[in-house]
Amino acid sequence: MAGPSDLAALKAEAMVEGALAPIDYLVVAPVAVCLLFSAVLLMLRKRIDWHPWLAIPGFLALFAIDVLLLLKVALEGPQTMMMGNWKPPFGIAFTVDMLGALFVTTAGFVGLAATIYATFSISRTERRYGFFPFLFLMMGGVSGAFLTGDVFNLYVWFEVLLIGSFGLLILGSEHEQLDGATKYCFLNLVATTLFLITISYLYGLFGTLNMADISGKAGRFEDDGALLTISVLFLIAFAMKAAAFPLNFWLPASYHTPRFVVSALFAGLLTKVGVYALIRMVLMLFPAQHADLATIIGWVAALTMLVGAFGALAQSDLRRLLNYFVIAGIGTIFAGLALTETGGAGEALATAASAATGTDGGMSAAATTGSAAPLVTGTSNLVVGLSGAVFYALHSIVVMTALYLTAGTAARIAGSSSLRGMGGLWRRAPGLAALMLVFLFAVSGLPPFSGFWPKVILVRGAFQSGLPWLGAVILLTGFLMTVASARVFALAFWRDAPEPALAGARDFGPTGQPSPLLSILPLLILAVFVVAAGVSPQWLVTLTEVAARGVVDPAAYVGSVFGGAS
Amino acid sequence: METALCLVVGCLFTVALYLLLSKHIIRMLLGVVLLGNGVNLLIFTAGRVSSIAPPLVPAGAETPLTDVANPLPQALILTAIVISFSFFAFLLVLAYRAYQDLGTDDTDQMRVAEPEDDGPPPLGY
Amino acid sequence: MRTVIFRFTAPYLTALMVLFSIFVLLRGHNDPGGGFIGGLIAASAFAIYGIACGVVAVRRALWFHPMAISGAGLFFAVVAGLFSLFAGTGFMTGLWIFPVFFGNEVALSTPLLFDIGVYLVVVGGITSIALALEERDTD
Repeated sequence: MAGPSDLAALKAEAMVEGALAPIDYLVVAPVAVCLLFSAVLLMLRKRIDWHPWLAIPGFLALFAIDVLLLLKVALEGPQTMMMGNWKPPFGIAFTVDMLGALFVTTAGFVGLAATIYATFSISRTERRYGFFPFLFLMMGGVSGAFLTGDVFNLYVWFEVLLIGSFGLLILGSEHEQLDGATKYCFLNLVATTLFLITISYLYGLFGTLNMADISGKAGRFEDDGALLTISVLFLIAFAMKAAAFPLNFWLPASYHTPRFVVSALFAGLLTKVGVYALIRMVLMLFPAQHADLATIIGWVAALTMLVGAFGALAQSDLRRLLNYFVIAGIGTIFAGLALTETGGAGEALATAASAATGTDGGMSAAATTGSAAPLVTGTSNLVVGLSGAVFYALHSIVVMTALYLTAGTAARIAGSSSLRGMGGLWRRAPGLAALMLVFLFAVSGLPPFSGFWPKVILVRGAFQSGLPWLGAVILLTGFLMTVASARVFALAFWRDAPEPALAGARDFGPTGQPSPLLSILPLLILAVFVVAAGVSPQWLVTLTEVAARGVVDPAAYVGSVFGGAS
Repeated sequence: METALCLVVGCLFTVALYLLLSKHIIRMLLGVVLLGNGVNLLIFTAGRVSSIAPPLVPAGAETPLTDVANPLPQALILTAIVISFSFFAFLLVLAYRAYQDLGTDDTDQMRVAEPEDDGPPPLGY
Repeated sequence: MRTVIFRFTAPYLTALMVLFSIFVLLRGHNDPGGGFIGGLIAASAFAIYGIACGVVAVRRALWFHPMAISGAGLFFAVVAGLFSLFAGTGFMTGLWIFPVFFGNEVALSTPLLFDIGVYLVVVGGITSIALALEERDTD
């Protein structure tokens, strides 16, 4: 034990020296802003009329901060801030690299759109129950999960977002909601507990919970079996959070019960937090174990996609159909995580190079514009798959939120969310129908919208890394989802309105017609992304490439924590 | 010492999983409590059982005088206890509300959100 | 539960427990104790008061809605972290000042503010859950 005399030396060893500029606070700002707004709105219970007018600036600020953070990361590489000025690995690190920045920016984007939508779709009573505070709390948890560089802290943010989501889920306390919430809460609690169990094994092995520290130590670790156990446990825990195949049953049981805007955010964000955590924990920290697990992830991905697509075909309710779309999307993302360097790395690279230079014509020539640069430079399949998965995850966040919001407006106009009761919306709301068509095209992976390019990247990656069956399943899922989307559009929008007696009796929010602009504006905002990423995907592919490279080779991430940690 | 604690953790997990497999919510709640306690003990064990002196710096001194217990697992456990406690409280209220409104605590009979007689989707236009 | 003896003693018990909870809260920086435990003690005090005198009496005694108290706590906790923005150090760094009140040096710090925040969050959250459970019992 150190004597009192060398206390200053001890302190110098433990504390970060040097002052920070306010710009460095961007790393924690998304979380701080969310929690601050949540707190202020909770205190203003009596002034619920102010809530929307505080929430929209709050989300605008959040989105602006996210974009600034993304720019900073794009220009300067990963950023780190140590909580309480403690040096790593003693203190909790907030480290944001391109992957985290992309996810957090997209989360802020859909959060903004959902808030604008919520200003008119959430009634006064529901505001009094605390819709907006819980929304900010959930966004704080989501942002924290994307930004943190500490495994235990990731668990804490998971719990914060769960608390926020619980509050949102039971808003209104209808029978259906209580039923769905019970299943959602128990399953998610078990998943996070499994995550915590894994964390304690991880701590027992490494004696540290800092991701950068673990990443450095995992490569030198000899006991392979223990790391494989941990990776499997992480896979199970996050597959449960992400609703991947054998563990997906809680999602269709609960996501259609809350308000549409709540469903939209859940479908967009919460499952993707699980995907993000899987990428971060398994792919970045334990690459060798990921290679061992890749085949299993591939099977999980294929089954998840098929369950999602067939489930969507079998539904008669629009919302429950969308639940299965979420699951199919998760399967597609997992497919990108199943690609590895092994699986014939040598010839795969050769194939990649030849495919890029070859004359495959039409579609793959178009695909080369999306992913030509990485393929020519000999990028591994791992990076290609991960890049496609991240791209698809971002697309899925936006498009699933958009679909639920559009479905909410459609259900309010039609007075029902059952495909049997809806109809004639093309005539009554042509603008809405056009937007729905855009989003349905995007979710099915049809050009020229955002779902097309990531699927091209993923299918090519699957074929190149010797998993043709996985590519085939992606294509088959796309086909089935196109059929399901066509059914939605034909039944709910295209055909004439059915007899009123058939319409469901459920009440969808305040009956007064929303002002047309306010109900369409958030959908238009989301559609801008869907179209922009579909027509000109290069900018996004470049960003996801950087993100994927950062995960495959976390040297920059580690350097940001341990190098000039300030 | 660690071996004995591992056995206790195993027993707690076994009982918790058995309770969670029940279809009655009240038993699942008890399972959640036991699972939380099992995890806390697991974190404690993973941090190794060393000295039992509390990691506190006595008044006047600037560093601990003897070898102290590892404070990090304790901090993790404290956080985990706080979280699992608040979740249990929330789940308790939720289960109670669900029991009052749905009239059952049997999860097999909770079919409001997913009705059994939903019928096939529309098959034509 | 509403016996005369219980109803008579409950307010005193509640007052004592709240006082003790504040003691535990302030003790927390250098000794066992702190915001969470203090908050739990205070919340159980209000729960006892609710069992004895009814939920309405607790809501009246608290004056603020429990969730608003939680919000104030969250606000304090975040603000405690933001002080380090002005000091140019990492988020949540502990900052201390030692003002002198009536000849006594009083140590004030951002960890204390954070702990008070935790205390209020726990008091608000657990009290509202306890009240929700008790409210349902009576109707």
